[in-house]
Amino acid sequence: MELTLNHYLVLSTLLFAIGLIGVMRRKNLLMLFFATEILLNAVNVGMAAISHYRGDYTGQMFAFFIIAIAASEVAVGLGLLIVWYKRTGKIDLDQMTSMRG
Amino acid sequence: MEIYLYTALFSPLIGSLIAALFGASKKTYFTGVLASGLLLTSFISSLILLTYVMAGHTVHVEMMTWIATGDLYIPFGFVVDQVSVTMMMVVTTVSTVVHIYSIGYMSHDKGFNRFFSYLSAFVFSMMVLVMSDNFLGLFIGWEGVGLCSWLLIGFWYHKESATWAANEAFIMNRIADLAMLIGIFMMYWNLGSLQYDVVFANISALPMPVITWIGIFLFIGAMGKSAQFPLHTWLADAMEGPTPVSALIHAATMVTAGVYLVVRANPIYSEIPDVGNAIASLGAFVAMFAATMALVNRDMKRIIAYSTLSQLGYMFVAAGLGAYWVALFHLMAHAFFKALLFLGAGNVMHAMHDELDPFKMGGLKTSMKWTWILMTLASVALAGIYPLAGFFSKDLILEVAFVEQHYILYTVLLLTAGMTAFYSFRLIALIFHGDKRHLEHGIHPHEAYTFMLYAMAPLAILAVIAGMVFKTPYYLMVTELLPAVQYHIHNHTTFWIMTIGTQLFVILAIAYAYKKYAKAVKVDKKVESGFFYQLLYNQYYIPKIYDEVFSKPYLQLSKLAWKQIDLKIVDATVDGIANIIYQTGEKTHTMQNGNLSSMLRWMVIGLVVLLVLAVAFTAGYNAVNLRAM
Repeated sequence: MELTLNHYLVLSTLLFAIGLIGVMRRKNLLMLFFATEILLNAVNVGMAAISHYRGDYTGQMFAFFIIAIAASEVAVGLGLLIVWYKRTGKIDLDQMTSMRG
Repeated sequence: MEIYLYTALFSPLIGSLIAALFGASKKTYFTGVLASGLLLTSFISSLILLTYVMAGHTVHVEMMTWIATGDLYIPFGFVVDQVSVTMMMVVTTVSTVVHIYSIGYMSHDKGFNRFFSYLSAFVFSMMVLVMSDNFLGLFIGWEGVGLCSWLLIGFWYHKESATWAANEAFIMNRIADLAMLIGIFMMYWNLGSLQYDVVFANISALPMPVITWIGIFLFIGAMGKSAQFPLHTWLADAMEGPTPVSALIHAATMVTAGVYLVVRANPIYSEIPDVGNAIASLGAFVAMFAATMALVNRDMKRIIAYSTLSQLGYMFVAAGLGAYWVALFHLMAHAFFKALLFLGAGNVMHAMHDELDPFKMGGLKTSMKWTWILMTLASVALAGIYPLAGFFSKDLILEVAFVEQHYILYTVLLLTAGMTAFYSFRLIALIFHGDKRHLEHGIHPHEAYTFMLYAMAPLAILAVIAGMVFKTPYYLMVTELLPAVQYHIHNHTTFWIMTIGTQLFVILAIAYAYKKYAKAVKVDKKVESGFFYQLLYNQYYIPKIYDEVFSKPYLQLSKLAWKQIDLKIVDATVDGIANIIYQTGEKTHTMQNGNLSSMLRWMVIGLVVLLVLAVAFTAGYNAVNLRAM
């Protein structure tokens, strides 16, 4: 069986759905980061697949950008996470409520 | 010559602005003296321009472009010709005198500086009005004097009656100004220009109904400013303002702007003699109507105000009958003696501690000798006794009516002349002769400051000589621009009978007034409770009728609009929208509970909603477009 565009798009959608569920359900901050990474990479898969399908490199360029930005985002986010862990000893989302409106 | 034109025009503005700088501070003599000095500068410049114009030249400048869009081109242009230079002389003479007089009159007032700021601003507006070379510039001046009149009538704004009178004057003038604006629009619509020379050169090419309507609308504007019936009630109420204001604005200058407009627009009115006749008839009616109200009134300033109204009626008779130069001549003479009369009344008011009822005065000629002499002089001039100014200007209007064979107008004006003499000398007799009734009220009168009397002297001299000396040179100058029609009664016998008859009639009226009021004042209860006396005393009940017919229903309507429409519809809608937003915020702020996890869930829900909307709209858009294809 040959892999077509649709296979990639289904993969991308499935990954995105997994990521989304992760974002909604996870209470561990580290796991939340993993879920967001899955979301971003789901999009990257879609981008790269469509880029290849249309013979246009713009999509792949975007995927590279997203990877770079995701890396920096994770770096900043993990930094914050470590500081938070040092101060409270916990990384449970339900206890981070100091931003209550 | 342009430099003199600009000096004459802008000196009052500079005076006003400088006085305005000190408007909120305490009284400083400096502002009054400076404003007067600048007015004197303006007067001298006007005098130089007068000699220049009398030599047969005119000055026409275009200061700058004002409005230029598409075909519409209106510059700030000013013209000094035979008509406007006459008005400039009248305005600057009277206003210089009034400014100097006011330094004394207002010396105890807290708003001294503010007063001079307003007064000079008025003179500037009036100069714009008379000097503009187009109708829109005239309109700007017209509104400017209206504004300054409002400011000055309501000068003592803590008095409710003063603010009421100021608003009344302003609103009445607005009604008339709307008509005037319509006239100006019609002129522009049909002729494509508002410059005097262009309009007057092309007006006769227009169809008759258009000219007629332009004439009527412009005259309605003039009626408002010159307080002609039925828009006359504001003038008597405007006497709430300080007396120098009444002298300058409501006797000598602003109220004559309507006459000036008709004189200026004489090429239009020459085309429509029927409208002219209507103007003359209205003028004669107002002359008599106002004089009858003055006969019985018990307020010194109102009597003089009605007299002004009556004299404006005379001017409109002359203007309506095509005797434009006569109208302008009476305007000039009237400005001098009426301003003098008002300033004299101001002296009396000061001496009487603002008492206005002449029945509470009497015998003032001993303590206020000079005021007595000046006011008597002004009244003699007003009554039209030879050889004072009124004889030459007012009797000329009678002759105009006679020569033009309007015998009804002539009779009305003749009777009015008798009444004028009677009420003027009734006032003089009540104030200056007879018993000293004011002593009962514990008032000890004193003469005004000497410099105030000196300031009035030029007006007194002009009131005496203006007719005799100025008539011929004025006629020769002004008929360069206005139709030169001589009004002579060719039959010598008729002429002498008429002149001597009029003089005798007027003198008899004066004698009767003295006889009735100069000795003891007897109050005839039977006459005073009579129908006619009450009718006249209540000003024909017109203020009351206006109150009932216009003011009160309008108040009802306003209350209805406020309570039913504003509160229940407009306010309710606005409050409702605000409430919805407030309630929504109140209900949904629980979403923002600070829990990152639940916020992320909301974010995902939002994302899903947006996606669904995007898909639905795209589908709908495509469906519509496909069907269209």
